Amino acid sequence: MVNRTPVIAVIGAGIAGLEAARQLAALGYEPVLIEKAPVAGGHVAEWNRLFPDMTPASEVIRPLLEQTSGIRTCLDTEIASINRLKDGFNLVLSDGSSLICQAVLFATGFHLFDASKKEEYGYGIYDRVITNRDLEQWFNTRHDPRVDHPKAVGFVHCVGSRDIKAGNAQCSKVCCITAIKQAIEIKEEFPDAEVYCFYMDLRLFGKKYEDFYIKAQRDYGIHFIRGRVSEVGEAIDGRVVVKAEDTLSGKPVRVTLDLLVLMAGIVCNPDAQHYAREIGATVDEDGFLKSRNNLAAITESSRPGVFFAGACTGAKTVPETLAEARSAALAIHQYLSKRG
Amino acid sequence: MDFGFKLSPSSAVNLDTVDRRRYDRLVQLEPDALTCIGCGSCSATCTAAPWSGMSVRKVILGLQRGRDDEVDAMLSRCMLCGKCTMVCPRGINTRHLILTLCRLDKNGEAVR
Ligand SMILES: Cc1cc2nc3c(=O)[nH]c(=O)nc-3n(C[C@H](O)[C@H](O)[C@H](O)COP(=O)(O)OP(=O)(O)OC[C@H]3O[C@@H](n4cnc5c(N)ncnc54)[C@H](O)[C@@H]3O)c2cc1C
Ligand code: SF4
Ligand code: SF4
Ligand code: SF4
Repeated sequence: MVNRTPVIAVIGAGIAGLEAARQLAALGYEPVLIEKAPVAGGHVAEWNRLFPDMTPASEVIRPLLEQTSGIRTCLDTEIASINRLKDGFNLVLSDGSSLICQAVLFATGFHLFDASKKEEYGYGIYDRVITNRDLEQWFNTRHDPRVDHPKAVGFVHCVGSRDIKAGNAQCSKVCCITAIKQAIEIKEEFPDAEVYCFYMDLRLFGKKYEDFYIKAQRDYGIHFIRGRVSEVGEAIDGRVVVKAEDTLSGKPVRVTLDLLVLMAGIVCNPDAQHYAREIGATVDEDGFLKSRNNLAAITESSRPGVFFAGACTGAKTVPETLAEARSAALAIHQYLSKRG
Repeated sequence: MDFGFKLSPSSAVNLDTVDRRRYDRLVQLEPDALTCIGCGSCSATCTAAPWSGMSVRKVILGLQRGRDDEVDAMLSRCMLCGKCTMVCPRGINTRHLILTLCRLDKNGEAVR
């Protein structure tokens, strides 16, 4: 007997892929998760606590993994090629098997900007310069010789974002609030430390984000300096010297720090571009996948049967990603129902 | 000796050595000052600003950067009309803040 349950290939098992697969299975379809990493969970599985409520990231990841445990998941698996068929798609996987499916969902997420590309900030050159990802890892493991009872800590906003020269004109959206979250966490850990945030604009758009900012100012005394860090140097004792302009007073400022945290931005995932082109979907000017309509059909590509969810179309927060994953599952359901 | 030129003092702010004692004392007495967002509403509405350069925004910033001389010059121009308090989006009682500040010397000690 022929298996008539429509199969949907979900590329990427981050929170977008997991949530969409869970919803598709509940709707009676057969999703197949294809994940190139050895574990599922994507970026959120690397984080420690999440804004805006300081929820442990594991509280988001664990239920998603439990509820998708019955779904076929190919870990450590990449896609060798994708072809369009008359009424579906054929994916050849890196283990040599092939997967025939009726719809494809891209949940390929983002890449974190490689901070060593901004050489003037000294990531990979100076010992006291780390990234937002390194700091999340330190919160998880408490192992990193670079984080050693700092007395002065700086956060640099917009590293590799809003930077046309670095190839990313877009704002990464989550790093202002992440910087504030991490600055508060550093203050909780090291109450005597002076903490400085160097920002261009503070973009705190989401529910409770501004409250977080007020808390950082009033309860933690974090210093906010409006000005982009122009250069970082190393002092003779290994600490780092940061230079910026305090644009509100129009004066140059300098400060010596024990730890400098670079807020690396959200940039497009080049794999996704490659597969999208192969399958006939469109890539936007910013390198992210291009939705059919940015207002009304964000989860649909311009190619019937190809859908998007999560950060593969641009920077997203966790709740936005999850909402999009559910919306993509419904869009796929409508598409398959119409085809009969 | 006159060389016919002189070195201009650097306007750079060194946050390692900046003296924030007056600011630190102020925010103990007026914690709301910590929440200033530098929006400039206070200066825009200030009756004294157009003639005198008074600006609550710059006063708070000047204290954070240890520019006490600039701060005192501005404070002496305030007429305590209270317009700035009406417009501050963070609800800072700026008029009260000015009064409190006038009672602190540059070491943050009470003077009257
Ligand atoms: C430093 C930082 C902190 C953050 N903190 C928060 C927070 O506190 N709260 C919040 O709401 N949001 C936060 N975010 C945003 C959050 O990380 C994203 O919303 C979320 O990761 C998006 O999920 P996703 O599944 O779309 O993408 P991803 O998490 O990037 O997952 C994509 C998955 O697809 C896989 N994949 C990619 N390409 C392929 C391929 N070719 N084949 C197979 N698999 C592939 C990847 O391995 C990965 O597992 C933060 C972001 C950053 C950068
Ligand atoms: S969210 Fe903030 S730090 Fe991130 S790119 Fe946008 S403005 Fe810069
Ligand atoms: S109280 Fe002083 S600073 Fe405020 S508006 Fe009046 S004159 Fe200006
Ligand atoms: S109006 Fe209030 S928040 Fe705005 S600059 Fe003045 S004191 Fe600061």
